[in-house]
Amino acid sequence: MFATRNFFTRFWQTLRRLTGDDAYERYLAHHNIHHDAEPPLDRATFFRSEQKRKWEGVRRCC
Amino acid sequence: MTVTTQQKPSMTLQAKIGWLLVAALGAVALGGIALNRGEAVNSMWLIVAAICVYAIGYRFYSAFIAARVLMLDATRATPAEVLADGRDHVPTNRWIVFGHHFAAIAGPGPLIGPTLAAQFGFLPGTLWILIGAVLGGCVQDFVILFCSIRRNGRSLGQMARDELGPLGGAVALIGVLAIMIILIAVLGLVVVNAMRNSPWATSTVAATIPIAMIIGVYMRNVRPGRVLEGSAIGVSLLLLAVFGGGWIDDSVYRSWFDFNGPALALMIIAYGFAAAVMPVWLLLAPRDYLSTFMKIGTIIGLAVAIIILRPDIQMPAVTSFIDGTGPVFGGKLFPFVFITIACGAISGFHALISSGTTPKLIANERDARFIGYGAMAMESFVAIMAMIAATILDPGVYFAINSPAGIVGAEAAQAVATISSWGFPVTVEQMQELARQMGETTLFARTGGAPSLAVGMASIFASAFGSSFLDIWYHFAIMFEALFILTTVDAGTRVARFMLQDMLGNINPEFGRTSWYPSVFLCSGLVVAGWGYFLYMGVVDPLGGINSLWPLFGIANQMLAAIALCVATAIIVKSHRMQYAWVTALPLVWLVIITTSAAWEKLFNPDIRIGFLSHARDLADKLAAGSLTDTAAAQAPTLIFNDRLDAALTVFFLLTTWIVVFETVRVCRASLTGGRFPKSSESPHIPTQLVEV
Repeated sequence: MFATRNFFTRFWQTLRRLTGDDAYERYLAHHNIHHDAEPPLDRATFFRSEQKRKWEGVRRCC
Repeated sequence: MTVTTQQKPSMTLQAKIGWLLVAALGAVALGGIALNRGEAVNSMWLIVAAICVYAIGYRFYSAFIAARVLMLDATRATPAEVLADGRDHVPTNRWIVFGHHFAAIAGPGPLIGPTLAAQFGFLPGTLWILIGAVLGGCVQDFVILFCSIRRNGRSLGQMARDELGPLGGAVALIGVLAIMIILIAVLGLVVVNAMRNSPWATSTVAATIPIAMIIGVYMRNVRPGRVLEGSAIGVSLLLLAVFGGGWIDDSVYRSWFDFNGPALALMIIAYGFAAAVMPVWLLLAPRDYLSTFMKIGTIIGLAVAIIILRPDIQMPAVTSFIDGTGPVFGGKLFPFVFITIACGAISGFHALISSGTTPKLIANERDARFIGYGAMAMESFVAIMAMIAATILDPGVYFAINSPAGIVGAEAAQAVATISSWGFPVTVEQMQELARQMGETTLFARTGGAPSLAVGMASIFASAFGSSFLDIWYHFAIMFEALFILTTVDAGTRVARFMLQDMLGNINPEFGRTSWYPSVFLCSGLVVAGWGYFLYMGVVDPLGGINSLWPLFGIANQMLAAIALCVATAIIVKSHRMQYAWVTALPLVWLVIITTSAAWEKLFNPDIRIGFLSHARDLADKLAAGSLTDTAAAQAPTLIFNDRLDAALTVFFLLTTWIVVFETVRVCRASLTGGRFPKSSESPHIPTQLVEV
């Protein structure tokens, strides 16, 4: 029972990580360690800037 | 002093026995497939053979490359660590990087190439997919990924310039732009052929555009950054759209979505331009999320269904069409099977991903083997599944779907007679019944590979998961293919636009600004006009545009792979490991042989279905003699021009490849004899501080 729950938690975490669903949480964690002097971006602004930046290069193949 | 991933000197006895068993199983499966004549081969043998080949290639060959050729160094800090910025450069868990990398490299290519190459029988394509991947494609992806990691994540174009000099760099850049144009055109053609006079397919595919926009707004404004939530809603809407298309097909709105090829081509062109200038968040980014989910889900579903169902393969191992008379595309087995199947065996396009986002995420150099070699092996497996889906169809049905009307005749009776006379019996009733089951009016001459793949997938899915919904499964498969083909169309147009803006920026810096609207519109317009021309030309081509465009795409893609392998070979030679240069030089030599001979055939073959120039000459002669009908005579000058344009493009690809090859030979010789050559641009060794990600 415990093992199954553990499995699902890990699966969910991996899925969120793979899809970028947890990108904002990871950004906050990174921000708190490295740049805690300035206030972090809010969720919406962060998502916008990330999405714009990601699509500057070759992202998909044939 | 350096710690490498070299394997321990000896394996345990159990491991040795285990790998011997894998090798024996693989040999039995391959031998069974190759030597079996007359009896139906079960598709499981292909699956077993493929998995054994990949396992052995990964376990032994990639380990050899990692330890001896590249000497992966686990103590060395990667760009993700050295340049860590929390954005582009982030040390990431190897499984996550594998997922991203696989999602990026797996596109429609490995599904369509094998479907077309199935006209030679299932054996030639399967062998090329397996051997090409293990010795070529996987090696290319792995080595380029490694080279980019050692060079701060530089792109293929930058590496070509640094390692081969400015000429090699410039040629590589123009080559990438050219392949992009042809790739988008041929993929657009595949979608057009799947939607032609099919209101169900057209309305379902059309619905994917507003659905993507809804999800775009949802992820940006309603619930910012909730990617999983947005994607789940989007995927549900897409499934609804498949059912909705069926409803439209039976309703009075049917005629709103009933278009012929040229009209659909113009719509795709207009859509491509709109998508390229629209903000990414509205269309491209949400579409990419949806298509990635659909792609991974469908591939897993297909694998599960094939394993549950274990269908027999109906296509012979080798057909008589290896002599070059095949209806799907003209040309002999050599070299055309090798350029028809590019993605799945070796795809130059992957080198752009391996030197793009992936090297900036890898936490430890050691992971390059798993991600570079492993992800390509998995993509190759997707190609094997596509080959199975195409070859479990009755061969007569396969040829009826994939042969253009210009070859077998536009009338159903005429088409079945021609195909049956080749020894692949099929009847008009059989095709009508199949079309009815799939919810289409006709399946004759639906070239491009997508419809026959969809029929194959629908029969697999329906038998494995519920047989009464063949039409739903068929249109689901069409939607799935169209969704990620259109994603490639969007993303490719945008990348080509950036590259063009970058080039024009060298002339006038104003053009290089990606937010300056005159330049955005001009460059997008030029790119779309480029592929739009080839797309339209393919749609109106009486021989079926796939016949001329797919080989051009294959040649371009293999040419890019040759450029990537040139860069890799130069780097290996410069790092004083000449004795291992064959690892990249052998696939390089093979690619140069096949692209050169394929280009030569496409230029000079006297068969009008193969040689562009002989087709042009034939038309010109007929035009001069006045033996053409009025409509054909009116069309002829354009067709002649198009043939010459294709020929010019082929010459361009040929020249590009050979210039880069000569530059590589020059640099390698200079490196061995102490002449002048660009020094290796490898970044200095910085010890890693990371423990484990």
